[in-house]
Amino acid sequence: MAYKRQIDRLPIIPADARRQNVVCQFCIVGCGYHAYSWPVNRQGGTEPARNAFGVDLAKQQPAETAAWYAPSMYNIVKQDGQDHHLVIKPDKACSVNGGLGSVRGARMAEMSFSEARSTQQQRLTDPQVWRYGQLQPTSWDDALDLVARVTAAVIREQGEDGLIVSAFDHGGAGGGYENTWGTGKLYFGAMKVKNIRIHNRPAYNSEVHATRDMGVGELNNAYEDAELADTIVAVGTNALETQTNYFLNHWVPNLRGSSVAKKRQMLPDEPHEAARIVVVDPRRTVTVNACEIEAGKDRVLHLAIKSGTDLALFNALFAYIADQGWVDRAFIDASTTHDAPPRPALYPAHGVSDAKPGHLTSFEAAVEGCRLSIEEAAKITGLDPKDIVKAAEWIAKPKDGGKRRRTMFSYEKGLIWGNDNYRTNGGLVNIALATGNVGRPGGGVVRMGGHQEGYVRPSDAHVGRPAAYVDQLLISGRGGVHHVWACDHYKTTLNAHAFKSAYKKRTDMVKDAMNSVPWGDRDLMVETIMAAIRQGGLFAVDVDIVPTRIGQACHVVLPAATAGEMNLTSMNGERRMRLTERYMDPPGQALPDCLIAARLANHLERVIRDAGDAAYADQFKGFDWQSEEDAFMDGYHGHAGGGEHVTYERLRAMGTNGFQEPATGFEGGRIVGTKRLYTDGTFSTQDGKARFMDAPWRGLQAPGKSEQQAAYRFLINNGRANQVWQSAYLDLQNDFVMERWPFPFIEMHPDDMAELGVGQGDLVEVFNDAGATQAMAYPTPTARRGETFMLFAYPMGVQGNVVNAGTNELVIPNYKQTWGDIRKIADAPKAVAGTSFKSKEYSAG
Amino acid sequence: MTRCSKLVDVGRRQFLRGGAIAAAGAAAAVAAPPPSRAAIPGARVDYPSTRLANLADLKPDDPLDVAYPDDQAPGVLLKLGRKVEGGVGPDGDIVGFTTTCPHKGFPLSYAAASRTFNCPGHYSVFDAEQGGQQVWGHATQNLPQYVLRVDAKGDIYAEGLDELLYGRLSNVL
Repeated sequence: MAYKRQIDRLPIIPADARRQNVVCQFCIVGCGYHAYSWPVNRQGGTEPARNAFGVDLAKQQPAETAAWYAPSMYNIVKQDGQDHHLVIKPDKACSVNGGLGSVRGARMAEMSFSEARSTQQQRLTDPQVWRYGQLQPTSWDDALDLVARVTAAVIREQGEDGLIVSAFDHGGAGGGYENTWGTGKLYFGAMKVKNIRIHNRPAYNSEVHATRDMGVGELNNAYEDAELADTIVAVGTNALETQTNYFLNHWVPNLRGSSVAKKRQMLPDEPHEAARIVVVDPRRTVTVNACEIEAGKDRVLHLAIKSGTDLALFNALFAYIADQGWVDRAFIDASTTHDAPPRPALYPAHGVSDAKPGHLTSFEAAVEGCRLSIEEAAKITGLDPKDIVKAAEWIAKPKDGGKRRRTMFSYEKGLIWGNDNYRTNGGLVNIALATGNVGRPGGGVVRMGGHQEGYVRPSDAHVGRPAAYVDQLLISGRGGVHHVWACDHYKTTLNAHAFKSAYKKRTDMVKDAMNSVPWGDRDLMVETIMAAIRQGGLFAVDVDIVPTRIGQACHVVLPAATAGEMNLTSMNGERRMRLTERYMDPPGQALPDCLIAARLANHLERVIRDAGDAAYADQFKGFDWQSEEDAFMDGYHGHAGGGEHVTYERLRAMGTNGFQEPATGFEGGRIVGTKRLYTDGTFSTQDGKARFMDAPWRGLQAPGKSEQQAAYRFLINNGRANQVWQSAYLDLQNDFVMERWPFPFIEMHPDDMAELGVGQGDLVEVFNDAGATQAMAYPTPTARRGETFMLFAYPMGVQGNVVNAGTNELVIPNYKQTWGDIRKIADAPKAVAGTSFKSKEYSAG
Repeated sequence: MTRCSKLVDVGRRQFLRGGAIAAAGAAAAVAAPPPSRAAIPGARVDYPSTRLANLADLKPDDPLDVAYPDDQAPGVLLKLGRKVEGGVGPDGDIVGFTTTCPHKGFPLSYAAASRTFNCPGHYSVFDAEQGGQQVWGHATQNLPQYVLRVDAKGDIYAEGLDELLYGRLSNVL
């Protein structure tokens, strides 16, 4: 039976309730919300004067009203130790979401830590240490002293390469400018840590090196461009599920045609009509369905390519468009390089080095280097040649009157975690540059994004390129201490089976050693831990807001505060920067990550100084921050481009609309931002000219993929679902969500299920040469035979177990191209009894 | 503190001697008197018992438009033709739901082929056979369902809801 809260009324927000700015902490889109709070012993009333909306709440409110909130938007939380009512509801005036709430963001209040209402009681409240054979609470000083001593001892013996770090680099919860600066200043400022990886990939690298090397930063347009484009190209992005309100509030109006008036007004000298859309995705997603509903099937071109063949498609489109002359010659002449150096010796199999897997060149050289005929591409991709030509026409064929078609190119993990990341990324940017669709209204070639962004750190140049494959270092016994910041590789890495097995073994060695020593003898404890490390053990420190799977292996667990429990700044997918204000206390002793980093730096300085290395200890100065605002002023304000114009006070005044980075000034009480990048045709290269990429198709690039494809029956495509997108770590204690997804789903064609004797909801094992995992079978008639889609990064069945270790030259994982076999494990368990297995697709009747 | 503990004890004793039923009776009595008498507000809203239809009015898979708990709150009664949890009537197959989407308040349409309620606003889908579970969508609650009762004459009454309705902070206004 469906989960119901049995709530039949909610406390009313009084007229004088406190109202603060909130940006959704979960996904990249960063929808605007407001947090209303008021003392627990008070309440508003239905009369207009007695509530925050000034309306008569004794009457039914209409659709899309601002004067309503769902039970999930309500909670009781602490402010300065006192219980307060809290409502977090979408802000109608925010240009990002226009009052829409997603199934994630509209649960922010319900997913806050509340002792009064017993929500998120999983949250970490105290530092914990491995004491007497289990994790036990302790004081910050006790925990940080141990971390500092062991870390310093490992560095003394192994150098800074003995310290391995896994850390977020993003915005939103588990990130933000304050916290990336805090961790960044520690590991890249005080130290020069090289063996560091990011939360979702096994190295410290960009997910989109190619576009950056071509001079095109990946977040270069504005969400409004989706309203202005003639054509939207969506590659490997399921925007309705994973950039929900960006899609609903900015794509849909264009697909419906309701933004045509805006186009006519803003771009008056050319014909306009509703948008067309080209979706490149092997799977029919709910996004494809919604596009067809809004635009009509004749204006939606779903190119269901064979998995991993995107580059072949792009190269054929690029050559065809160039041959037709549908390019922006003036733009190419003025803003892109004409320098065409010779190809590297081993090209196209290899670039000049692993650091440069592509070949940057001029437009003409790139067209010839990439050239693939429509027929060849059709064969590789499995598409109808006519559809490839149609895509080229929709992208680039001039409009009536010879006007250039405005096309916006968007891409995300289908490309990023896909085959041959570097060249495929380059192949798409080639088309955008050739058609002059960068820096112009209705254009852009942009990542859709995962988390918000929030990166400001000292230089990472010492890390090198390619960066170290950190997972392999950990698996092979390297390093002595591992600091983990808001990452859970047990759920979200590739080759996860091998990783977990090695990690558990190494950390167990240290646990066993610690069990043999009384806690109070710190010198002996550190000595014993070091002895275990010399035997191949690993001392692991986990900083997080909730208990994690990897945290079970750790020896010290440190409780962090999340968005709203601290002031937190981030920017969204159109570089829109806002401040989420602190609206509640963090649980127990939890601290913002930036202050945890600062206190760890303080302890390291002391420990290293006590050990007699004053010069090294001095490197850990400059961490005297007392608040997250101190970290912000030291980091973003002092170091980000345009940061000098930005303060908390100014951001508060800018509300949920904030400004678009970079800031260029402060005028009339407002921070002046930048709507689009590259509007002057000057790109992010030394000479300001963008580069094309000679990026020929070379089949499945990552090691082991072709062999896997040949050996196993099913494609194990994988990705996200809207209910748990960037929120699963909290959703695990949300009954509404857990009832829906008690296990990760695997979408399968019903005939494939029948052949395997699998019924809906049955648990199946997915297995291959890399490992095995489990999922719940979800019959999906729109799936192609032999092609499945499994929910990624779900703790009850980790898809990464069956992703092999193969990456591209720059250590970008290739999660999407995974093949395996499937067999039934068990009939649908009781937890699945309340789960619907109907189609996720909306239909009109 | 002392007083508090005693109150808890009173509650416990009443429960142990079957006072829960007596207390429920008392609550009904409080709701009944005319409005002139000051009443202690109930812990939950008092739902009206509203006759929505008779068994004879329902045909399988043909939603009957109703409204509950007042005429500002549209909904449907539905005979699914197969027994479902929470279903009433001789076949245990009659359910009732609001037809206002709990995401943004758009009117849902019933798709007979899939037995789902579908929202034209933002494509949310709710399963009529699974207690209104949101199959996919943006709402942060499953579809509010009616608590139904069928009397000896076959009249179908709605007597409650299991989630908050969109657009009102109290299910009964």
